[in-house]
Amino acid sequence: MTPPALSARALSKRYGKTTALDAVDLEVGAGELVGLLGPNGAGKSTLVKIACGLVRPTGGEAHVGGAPAGSREARAATGYLAELFRFPAWASADEVLKLHQRLARSDGGAAEREALLARVGLSGEGGRRMATMSKGMQQRLGIGQALIGDPRLVLLDEPTSALDPGGRRTVRDLLVGLREQGVGVLLNSHLLSEIELVCDRVVIIDGGRVVTEGRPEDLTAPGGVEVETSAGVRRLPDARREDVPRIVRELVAAGDEVYGVRVVTGTLEDAYLAAVVGRDG
Amino acid sequence: MSDALTIAGYALREAVRRRVLLVVALLTAVFLGLFALGAFEAFDSLEQSSADVPIDEQALTGGTLLGLAMFVALFLGVVLAVFLTLDAVRGDAERGLLQPLVVRPVGRTTLLAGRLLAASAVCASYVVIVFLAAAVITQAAGDFTPSSLFVPAAGLALGVVTVVAVSLLGSTVLSTTANGIAVFMVFATGLAGGLLGQIGEGLQVEALEQASSIMSWIVPFEALYQNGLHALTADIGGAAGVIVQLGPFGGASDVSAGIWLWAVAWSAAVLALAALAFKRRDL
Repeated sequence: MTPPALSARALSKRYGKTTALDAVDLEVGAGELVGLLGPNGAGKSTLVKIACGLVRPTGGEAHVGGAPAGSREARAATGYLAELFRFPAWASADEVLKLHQRLARSDGGAAEREALLARVGLSGEGGRRMATMSKGMQQRLGIGQALIGDPRLVLLDEPTSALDPGGRRTVRDLLVGLREQGVGVLLNSHLLSEIELVCDRVVIIDGGRVVTEGRPEDLTAPGGVEVETSAGVRRLPDARREDVPRIVRELVAAGDEVYGVRVVTGTLEDAYLAAVVGRDG
Repeated sequence: MSDALTIAGYALREAVRRRVLLVVALLTAVFLGLFALGAFEAFDSLEQSSADVPIDEQALTGGTLLGLAMFVALFLGVVLAVFLTLDAVRGDAERGLLQPLVVRPVGRTTLLAGRLLAASAVCASYVVIVFLAAAVITQAAGDFTPSSLFVPAAGLALGVVTVVAVSLLGSTVLSTTANGIAVFMVFATGLAGGLLGQIGEGLQVEALEQASSIMSWIVPFEALYQNGLHALTADIGGAAGVIVQLGPFGGASDVSAGIWLWAVAWSAAVLALAALAFKRRDL
């Protein structure tokens, strides 16, 4: 059986007296896109850093493709984009990718570099120096370098924070492509709409603990039905989609004229706030 | 090894692209120009002097000038070593430059080894080139040939490698500024230890000599430097030899040959400590 791209069991991390992670269990399967949500200081970045070997856990264990997180084998199978990263200002995009190809022992050569630049929307920018690139362009390049060597697991920490809407669309398409290739992705982001659009599963952590998880559609609660009639908009908060024909029939029978019906669904933001704010009181 | 060479190449490219090496080359050319001017003037003044003094003035002048050149080469080499490495770990991590490299299969120890290789190659080459250029100038200006060129040059080279190792260790635990200050203070303490030894020898104070000797083993660059100074002027005899040996650019004493092995082992131990500290560091 193929081991999951990422598996964390009872993972804990303490910085002195501060608990950053407290017995977190998490799994990212092959070809699964998992969104990691949580307020600032919830432990999201710590979790991602443990997975890629930058931080040592205090307790529990994490594995990447079956290998202990941080081991050479695990690092070879991981692509990572840090939230706060920088490439040397003197280097060109092509030089950055070439360096990472060598360190990742990728033999993809120029063809891989060109393909990666095209994939993140930087075709023809290989010779451009970092010093002349915008933050958004550097972020695209950062995503490109995370994909060097065909990793099994890609860890993206706020990958679209500096991107324009076009860039975000590019990244979404790229993530869908990774899923089709069987790559597991852990996406840490505050952009709930992005996660809702693309992720198969969402994990919300707060105070170092997983507070809720599930598919986006399961986490978003139904919000009732709104009906636009000659008497105005009527809101039926407890109604569901299946109730719409009956509601319309009854209104028409009662002499109302129905101009439109909208099934209201909750958003991931609602679910997030319910899980985090509700928990925090 | 190929990973370490990749990192070393990356560090060297950085030094070239950021024009570090260009600035160093230009300013070193200025120093050597001034040194040449001073050397020719000094030897010319000897030829014009009619004073009848019973010392070999040519050897005294040549030995002193080359001793000065050796000190300047060491000082500039240390400056270069510190600035090439002072932010290698913590500084680069704080700027977000290190994390993308550390998550690759290349190990943290290899990363450090690469930085050591690059900085050592630059600094060791630099001090040897500056010292040998000064020796050529001194030879041309006053026909002065030092007792040894190899021992001082090799001592300078190994000395700056020990400083590179210290700076890398500091970079794993200290902030950039704190590390720079710390390494320069270690350097100054070592030099002060050497001067104490010279004073102790001149005044025949055994305690000072012992303190200097202990300091030389604690910070071996100083012992290598003193050893190089001593080798530089070992053949100068008579009053000139005494004056050079007791002056600021004369080696206080000939240290044990074991200092070479000790300096290599010491650097390896410091690098091992740095690797351990780096390995335990959360990024």
